[in-house]
Amino acid sequence: MPAVSKGDGMRGLAVFISDIRNCKSKEAEIKRINKELANIRSKFKGDKALDGYSKKKYVCKLLFIFLLGHDIDFGHMEAVNLLSSNKYTEKQIGYLFISVLVNSNSDLIRLINNGIKNDLASRNPTFMNLALHCIANVGSREMAEAFASEIPRVLVAGDTMDSVKQSAALCLLRLNRTSPDLVPMGEWTARVVHLLNDQHLGVVTAATSLITTLAQKNPDDFKTSVSLAVARLSRIVTSASIDLQDYTYYFVAAPWLSVKLLRLLQCYPPPEDAALRSRLTECLETILNKAQEPPKSKKVQHSNAKNAVLFEAIALIIHHDSEPTLLVRACNQLGQFLQHRETNLRYLALESMCTLASSEFSHEAVKTHMETVINALKTERDVSVRQRAVDLLYAMCDRSNAKQIVAEMLSYLETADYSIREEIVLKVAILAEKYAVDYTWYVDTILNLIRIAGDYVSEEVWYRVIQIVINRDDVQGYAAKTVFEALQAPACHENLVKVGGYILGEFGNLIAGDSRSSPLVQFNLLHSKFHLCSVPTRALLLSAYIKFINLFPEVKATIQDVLRSDSQLRNADVELQQRAVEYLRLSCIASTDILATVLEEMPPFPERESSILAKLKKKKGPGKLPDMDDSRRSVNGSTEHSENTDTTNKSSTHSFTDVLNLNPAPSSGANLLIDVFSESSAPAAATDVSEENFPRFVCKNNGVIYENQLLQIGLKSEYRQNLGRMYVFYGNKTSTQFLSFSSSVSSSDALKSQLNVHSKAVDPMIEGGAQMQQILNIECVSDFSDAPVLNIQFRYGGALQNIAVKLPVMLNKFFQPTEMMSQDFFQRWKQLGAPQQEVQKIFKAKHPMDTEVAKAKILGFGVALLDGVDPNPANFVGAGVVHTKTTQVGCLLRLEPNVQAQMYRLTLRTSRDSVSQRLCELLSEQF
Amino acid sequence: MQFMLLFSRQGKLRLQKWYVPLSDKEKKKITRELVQTVLARKPKMCSFLEWRDLKIVYKRYASLYFCCAIEDQDNELITLEIIHRYVELLDKYFGSVCELDIIFNFEKAYFILDEFLLGGEAQETSKKNVLKAIEQADLLQENIDFQMRLFAGCQRSRDPAQRAGGNRTDINIIFIAIHTPPISQLLCCM
Repeated sequence: MPAVSKGDGMRGLAVFISDIRNCKSKEAEIKRINKELANIRSKFKGDKALDGYSKKKYVCKLLFIFLLGHDIDFGHMEAVNLLSSNKYTEKQIGYLFISVLVNSNSDLIRLINNGIKNDLASRNPTFMNLALHCIANVGSREMAEAFASEIPRVLVAGDTMDSVKQSAALCLLRLNRTSPDLVPMGEWTARVVHLLNDQHLGVVTAATSLITTLAQKNPDDFKTSVSLAVARLSRIVTSASIDLQDYTYYFVAAPWLSVKLLRLLQCYPPPEDAALRSRLTECLETILNKAQEPPKSKKVQHSNAKNAVLFEAIALIIHHDSEPTLLVRACNQLGQFLQHRETNLRYLALESMCTLASSEFSHEAVKTHMETVINALKTERDVSVRQRAVDLLYAMCDRSNAKQIVAEMLSYLETADYSIREEIVLKVAILAEKYAVDYTWYVDTILNLIRIAGDYVSEEVWYRVIQIVINRDDVQGYAAKTVFEALQAPACHENLVKVGGYILGEFGNLIAGDSRSSPLVQFNLLHSKFHLCSVPTRALLLSAYIKFINLFPEVKATIQDVLRSDSQLRNADVELQQRAVEYLRLSCIASTDILATVLEEMPPFPERESSILAKLKKKKGPGKLPDMDDSRRSVNGSTEHSENTDTTNKSSTHSFTDVLNLNPAPSSGANLLIDVFSESSAPAAATDVSEENFPRFVCKNNGVIYENQLLQIGLKSEYRQNLGRMYVFYGNKTSTQFLSFSSSVSSSDALKSQLNVHSKAVDPMIEGGAQMQQILNIECVSDFSDAPVLNIQFRYGGALQNIAVKLPVMLNKFFQPTEMMSQDFFQRWKQLGAPQQEVQKIFKAKHPMDTEVAKAKILGFGVALLDGVDPNPANFVGAGVVHTKTTQVGCLLRLEPNVQAQMYRLTLRTSRDSVSQRLCELLSEQF
Repeated sequence: MQFMLLFSRQGKLRLQKWYVPLSDKEKKKITRELVQTVLARKPKMCSFLEWRDLKIVYKRYASLYFCCAIEDQDNELITLEIIHRYVELLDKYFGSVCELDIIFNFEKAYFILDEFLLGGEAQETSKKNVLKAIEQADLLQENIDFQMRLFAGCQRSRDPAQRAGGNRTDINIIFIAIHTPPISQLLCCM
């Protein structure tokens, strides 16, 4: 290669870059940049027409400035001009600028698309590639609309150059990811699949990525790719490395293509055809065999490429989960890697083994590596590797090794990195509960957790231990004794005080016979922690005290004295003061019988899934966590389950077999355990959901959604693309406080995957006449038709109030209006001509038919109102795009009023039938 | 692959390529966070880490960090070799590439990347074919530019300092030594 700078030298650019590098301070840099921007601006605005070279140079400078992190608001036009230059480097810089600084300015998009169109039609492969790269880099909807039908043609045309085919394949892949609705594959499918047979390995490499993406969405359409992929893979793995020439990478035959083919095969179950299946098994065996051969090179690139293929093959073996020999071989191979000197391989082996642990065929084989993994936990110097080790221990845990694994995790927790402590705490809590035969072990484990990492023990964890102790009478005495002992420590964590207070309040009597833990000793012990605790814990302790009064009449006077002291009765905190006053009065006036009834032991908690597991799932994100309840596991886990059920049923009316059930818990007040007066621990019975004001919010974002004599709920909301924020205002209309106020948002199961609503916590109290604000963050994941429900619970003058309100979060809130010209509109209207894409409704007007009001409603609905599109000026025409996280759906609508008949006809066309349907329902109710 | 970032040991971003649509603000935030996270890691640590819901694969070549974000299903090791192949391409094109080549010829670095990766997937893994494509493009312009380049004095010098446009001493010029393990054998020229 000649030692000459390729292509074009831009002296001015080099000088400018040098200047920037010479700047001693940020200020100097900004000054230099502003000077340059002013210079470029004046050049662009000047009368003298710039030649192509200068234009290129200035555009390139702007690009450099932008990449430094500064904003650029001009130069787009000049860049677009460069596209039509016939000099390659000018064109190239123009495309680069556009790829990096995409601008949604619609005029410009049209010009850009025009430039691309010319280059695509040029038949010059270099220019065509530039154009395709630009589409792939920008990948915008506008580009998809303009070119999605053209590119498949380029891809499969017989006379297209190989390099252009490669670009076209990946260009299509990108468009398919951003706007799947606009990339119609139908007629091209067979010919695209056939690209797997192409002579040119580069074409096969690019095409395999495309086919994998398409096959993930429509596996049936691309089924034929399986046999071709197996054939291709087989040829690669059996080839001598020299055969593939430049596609051999450090003595490994086509590693990228191999990985991609193995990935494609993971879209499908094992082939049914016996011959094909055995050919694939042979391939996988060959790959496993190669791992045992001595390396052909000492270079890390050689081993990385080889192992990349190996790991992908193992991923396929695990995906198929049908060949026990292969699974066990895979496990042994990974076992070797666990002790490899390369950190990267140890990391990947731990990660990969995690999925292997969930297969019934290899679960036992994975367990044999437990000691190595435990050792990794102790010796690995890299926290990300230790994290993988924790994950693997969690995945391989079962009844046989639970005690050891939990013990190891606990001891690791003492030195674990802060960043992963909470996760380990959750994992330990789940394993301890799931595999507890002996619940004393469970109680010990959780108390140890609090001792070692109290700060990381979330509410879910300590709520859970209390629920379990209350429901299992065989462990109550032990729990009381253990917490009593744990509380002896001079400094103990507040979470321990909470658990201790609650358990002694309920079951302190079980250990009161021993003079070392007599009622008075218990009380003094708890009260010695009182002043060090936060308000919620103190509130809980006060409840424990009143429970003591019932359990132990002999300490009644002592406790009454405490309650009567100024620090309680006149406490600045209203909740504490109120509890002190009420408990004191209760203890004075109520007879023993009444006291015993009111302060009776808590009833068993209703069957309830573990919120801990849900929390862990949330923390790790979906798909990251080996599913412990995987049906595959039930084969070797079934005996454990049944024996678990037996023991549970013997001692308690409630079984815990659904402890790991993933259905989210019924929402319950956050103060559930603190509030011993709550009539029942079950969440309040379902109330009717108020939806009377719901329709009013279809076309507006602010207003009052609910009101009764006590409470007014107002909303203010704002939406941008697929995100929204809603401010909920709770107004207390009375002059009395609302106590134990809680509000949460719940969604139906279907809606949960379509819409995320995250609510910030609120204060548990609203003063009389005051207003409180809650913020909800909303994310639309995919199109939906249900609405979330806001559940509010509070106590007003002793009575528990339940209110449920349907929240006005509708699909049309995620509209972005789209302006377009008449011609465009009708073109798109025609494109959306499939019968299921259109929904039409004719309905009677419910309100006076006023043009201005109708216009305001359509705008409020979220679409752009297009003038001059419909030949009949009385009709309304609108366009917009619904933004969801996964996709964007374009929508066109037309509303035709008929004043004489007092009727409307509403027609909607979108690319998705469910969207058309829902939008029509929403909008037609508005007129 | 969702994006690729190149940044220096000082945390200066040298190249950014995004294969998913994100706002500028988000890009800046991601860059800031990731640069910090990766720079805080010690040598010898593993090249992969979990970050948000992505997997980060990174490798350091001399003064430059190459960092890719891939999705859950993607293969870490092959991504590591994507990085290496890209470095090889840069090295072959520039002839012993160094950080300054990428700073001063950033547009070339982008062009080479586009020939190699498109839409976040490997498009052409043959080194020969990628370089052929780039050279062909260069040739289209070679004749026209030849005169101009001589005039502008942009002839490539073997001396990186001169390549950088002056005999400056404050620039940290380090060749990206790709055929030797990084870190231990930096070829410091100044």
